[in-house]
Amino acid sequence: MSDAASDAANKGGELTVRVWRGAEVGAFATYLVPARANQTVLDVVTEIQRYHAPDLAYRFACRVGVCGSCAMTVNGVPRWTCRTHVSRVAKAGALTVEPLRNLPRIRDLACDMAPFFDKWKAAGGRFEGGATRADLPAAVDPASPKRRAADAGIECINCAVCHAACDVVAWDAEYLGPAALLRAWTLVNDERHLARRATLDRAMGPGGCASCHTQGSCMAHCPVGLSPTEGIAGLKRMSLAAMFLGDR
Amino acid sequence: MMERRLFVLQRLTALALAPLVLVHLGLVLVAVRGGLTAAEILSRTQGSVGWALFYGLFVVVVAIHAPIGVRNVLREWTGLARGAVDWLALGFGLLLLGVGLRAVWAVVG
Amino acid sequence: MRPHRNHRAYWAFLGHRLSGLALALFLPFHFLALGLALEAAALDRFLAWTDLGMVKLAEWGLVVLLALHLFFGLRLLVLELRPWPGGDARLGWIVPGLAAALVIGGVFLIGAF
Ligand code: SF4
Ligand code: SF4
Ligand code: FES
Repeated sequence: MSDAASDAANKGGELTVRVWRGAEVGAFATYLVPARANQTVLDVVTEIQRYHAPDLAYRFACRVGVCGSCAMTVNGVPRWTCRTHVSRVAKAGALTVEPLRNLPRIRDLACDMAPFFDKWKAAGGRFEGGATRADLPAAVDPASPKRRAADAGIECINCAVCHAACDVVAWDAEYLGPAALLRAWTLVNDERHLARRATLDRAMGPGGCASCHTQGSCMAHCPVGLSPTEGIAGLKRMSLAAMFLGDR
Repeated sequence: MMERRLFVLQRLTALALAPLVLVHLGLVLVAVRGGLTAAEILSRTQGSVGWALFYGLFVVVVAIHAPIGVRNVLREWTGLARGAVDWLALGFGLLLLGVGLRAVWAVVG
Repeated sequence: MRPHRNHRAYWAFLGHRLSGLALALFLPFHFLALGLALEAAALDRFLAWTDLGMVKLAEWGLVVLLALHLFFGLRLLVLELRPWPGGDARLGWIVPGLAAALVIGGVFLIGAF
């Protein structure tokens, strides 16, 4: 940071933003943008693209924490940039913005989400229903234990923040990751899901729930406040029960 | 299937180890008071079926529990190939079992 | 510590893993030493060596590591085997587990010196 830049930052007039430029190989570029009241990290990235670097690649859509496309690494922590206020994360007027960890980098702040969704499928995360248009909607008792267990993951919006936060994903290429396993947990508790056994087998197989070490980085960082750790613990219980009581 | 079995085995051995370790810790704390001599240890342990069973079980369970954890660490923290890691973990387990049972035999035999 | 790891559950994971690793490395030597009992004189020589201050300190470390691995392990077993009542209340078991391990270490030290 130049002296002039740090002076401005200290006055609160300007932010010094280091942004990853390039793909797997690349470097940080530094931009100075005005500090404003009520500014999200996504606003800052957008401002950089508008006024400094028109070729900056990044993703967003809803800007209100619904679509899950704007996740990036901000000062070392995976976050939704649209719901992260600069004032909460900037350190002495400085921000570092990188693509999400644990996913291939395409360009600048955009990473390739394909491996994330591939793992989602590999964990048996695809819903298989049996009902047709002619059937009435399934009546699921909201108070039943299974329905309540499914709550652990039902609000997930596939943003991959947890996937980026989890060290086991980084250390073990086979590991399906917190989001995929949480999805599997939701499905095995969904009465309407016909492929329950198949989902359970995959979630308990290689790279499945047994690989999770309960580090809890997923639940510490999920912006929705979900707890993949809890869902995965549920799968572990099922795995143990299946060993002794026979596969159910 | 192997990952699941190892996972279950690690948890089961952990359940078994919890009381064993508690008793062992208690013994260590008692034994360390006033220093130890070989004669003291041996007079307490030798010929005791109870101690033989207790520590025999301890060694067997540890020889299952520890290598599974070591295998995870080697997999995640070293660049070793999967096959090599499995053999190392197996070797480590057999080593623990061998020297462990020899130790039990030495102390209670 | 990289910022995404800096939370209590991660520290508990690290403590559990590193204590386990240290215990695994130590175990073969522990067993070998006890094997010396086959020859009482050798064990006496060994025990004399363990009376030295430095060695006592190392033993203290092992007792604390064993207790730590036990308490953090119990926490994991409960987290994995029992449904979670409300939120992540069981995060709260980390500090008491650490404290209990240190208490056991303290008792060892009082006995040893
Ligand atoms: S569990 Fe949370 S962090 Fe993970 S993908 Fe779903 S919403 Fe995002
Ligand atoms: S709890 Fe499991 S899935 Fe979540 S971050 Fe930790 S190791 Fe990864
Ligand atoms: S832009 Fe949709 S969640 Fe951030």
